[in-house]
Amino acid sequence: MMTKRIGTQTIKFQSPPSIISRASIVGPKEGQGPLKDYFDEILTDDYVGEKSWELAESKIFEKAVDLALKKVNLKPSDINYLFGGDLLNQIISSSFAARSMQIPFFGLYGACSTMAEALSLAAMMIDGGFADYTIAATSSHFSSAERQFRYPLELGNQRTPTSQWTVTGAGATILSKYGNGPYITYVTTGKVVDLGIKDANNMGAAMAPAAADTIINHFRDTGFSPTDYDLVVTGDLGRVGSDLLYEILAREGFDIKDIHMDCGLEIFDESQDIQAGGSGCGCSAVVLNGYLLSEMSKGLFNRIFFMATGALLSTTSTQQGESIPCIAHGVVIERFLN
Amino acid sequence: MAKDVIKEHEYQELVKKTEPKPNLIKNGIGAFVVGGIICTIGQFFLSYFMQKGLKMQDASTITSIIMIFLGAFLTGLGVYDDIGKRAGAGSIVPITGFSNSIVSPAMEFKREGYVFGVGAKMFVIAGPVLVYGITTSVIVGILYYFFGR
Amino acid sequence: MEYLRAFFIGGLICLIGQILMDTTKLTPARVLVIFVTTGVILGALGIYGKIVAFGGAGATIPLPGFGYSLAMGVIEEVKNKGLIGAFTGGVKATAGGITAAVVFGYLMAIIFNPKTKK
Repeated sequence: MMTKRIGTQTIKFQSPPSIISRASIVGPKEGQGPLKDYFDEILTDDYVGEKSWELAESKIFEKAVDLALKKVNLKPSDINYLFGGDLLNQIISSSFAARSMQIPFFGLYGACSTMAEALSLAAMMIDGGFADYTIAATSSHFSSAERQFRYPLELGNQRTPTSQWTVTGAGATILSKYGNGPYITYVTTGKVVDLGIKDANNMGAAMAPAAADTIINHFRDTGFSPTDYDLVVTGDLGRVGSDLLYEILAREGFDIKDIHMDCGLEIFDESQDIQAGGSGCGCSAVVLNGYLLSEMSKGLFNRIFFMATGALLSTTSTQQGESIPCIAHGVVIERFLN
Repeated sequence: MAKDVIKEHEYQELVKKTEPKPNLIKNGIGAFVVGGIICTIGQFFLSYFMQKGLKMQDASTITSIIMIFLGAFLTGLGVYDDIGKRAGAGSIVPITGFSNSIVSPAMEFKREGYVFGVGAKMFVIAGPVLVYGITTSVIVGILYYFFGR
Repeated sequence: MEYLRAFFIGGLICLIGQILMDTTKLTPARVLVIFVTTGVILGALGIYGKIVAFGGAGATIPLPGFGYSLAMGVIEEVKNKGLIGAFTGGVKATAGGITAAVVFGYLMAIIFNPKTKK
């Protein structure tokens, strides 16, 4: 039996699954950003007609999965596994959505790394021969995240220059054993990394080491280097985190500046009064399912390393004065198999 | 493995060095002007009630109540947080900010019900002000009784 | 004239708060705790009273003013009622403000809903 593990934390697929469908739904603010034409739906009301922010987020999650299914004429009963997560306590957004969809469900918590975590596992299920069709999906909502992690919406606090704006959005990707690409070919699973950053308002700085760790190990495990990729995508390091990432990678001799793209920096533009960029599970999810896969199908990118980073803190851990452990998961997506 | 590439304290130094600093001048002006305006509005009410013959203490109490109402109302309308974005401490430090810090969680957690949401969470932000203020005043009182009279 | 003084003193106290928030790691909540406690202490020492005499509402409206009211209330009650005044004086003097906050908080919660930030 040929081993599919390479190195310390990477898997090389023998039968790479294909991405056969995708959907992205965003809130009004994201719908005014530079990527607005790439999203399947822009909400006008971020309550989505629901009674609470949490129910609204769950609704968006559900809509994204439904839309992805509709695009390829599949029904929930055709899907073998749903991998999903979100930022809310006990991941109620995903769980309540999974309740309506009745697909065998693995709930995940990877904070903002959830999209990559879900894609990793969804892909492994297929290459491992355990499923024919799987879905990876995630959501986040500015208001539900703000009231849980930070402050009530109407509080007159002032945002610091390093703070990030949680994206309101949901993304869903359908993977299949059958298909003609784009393919997920490698999965590099992150380890939890913590270099002692305690400032919950500077998540980019907390997450950069985890991102560096996964990238370095991915290159070491696979033997690839930055020149083998059209794009190295991070989820939400923001300006601050990205610069710190380059600094750490430089010490190992890696330079990704020319091919690096951070979803949090792409989803909003300067005029939208965002300090350090967008964040949240939904950020990388909608940019992947909206912009990246769209441009990939048009041939702009052939091979990308999609890596989302997550800060694994809670309000309790920060109040207790603990530092912020982070993780970054990555998958290689390529148009063609060679 | 990241720890092999860069040491913890070295990284923390790097973060501190590269962290963007807030625009002190812009924020300072915002705080000064908005704080000043709110206090001037308060002075308007204070002068009015004292002119009407009320003692300073009573006039001050009524003025506080009015300012608290104004802060609450602007919070309800959804305007206070827009002021706060630009004003910073100028809208946090005056008593209208105290009011905003009580009304905003009350509104926010309404969805969790009027007992556990509104009722319990109302003081989630302003609580420490009351706890520390009142406790310090008790200490002051005790010290005054023994040493001040 | 008193309006100008109120503007200046009020603005100055808020400016101090802003500087603390921007140059230290102190969160707004901690700054407010420091302010109210300082107001109690300076009030008890007679210092804040002088600031109030000069600045009027510019000194009473910002949060140290709330601390000042607590201190004045406590001292007044201890003068009149003895040691028990230490426990009753503070809240008695600020009862109007605290009650107003509770009542208006509840009222606004009934009437209004939170809206998404832009």
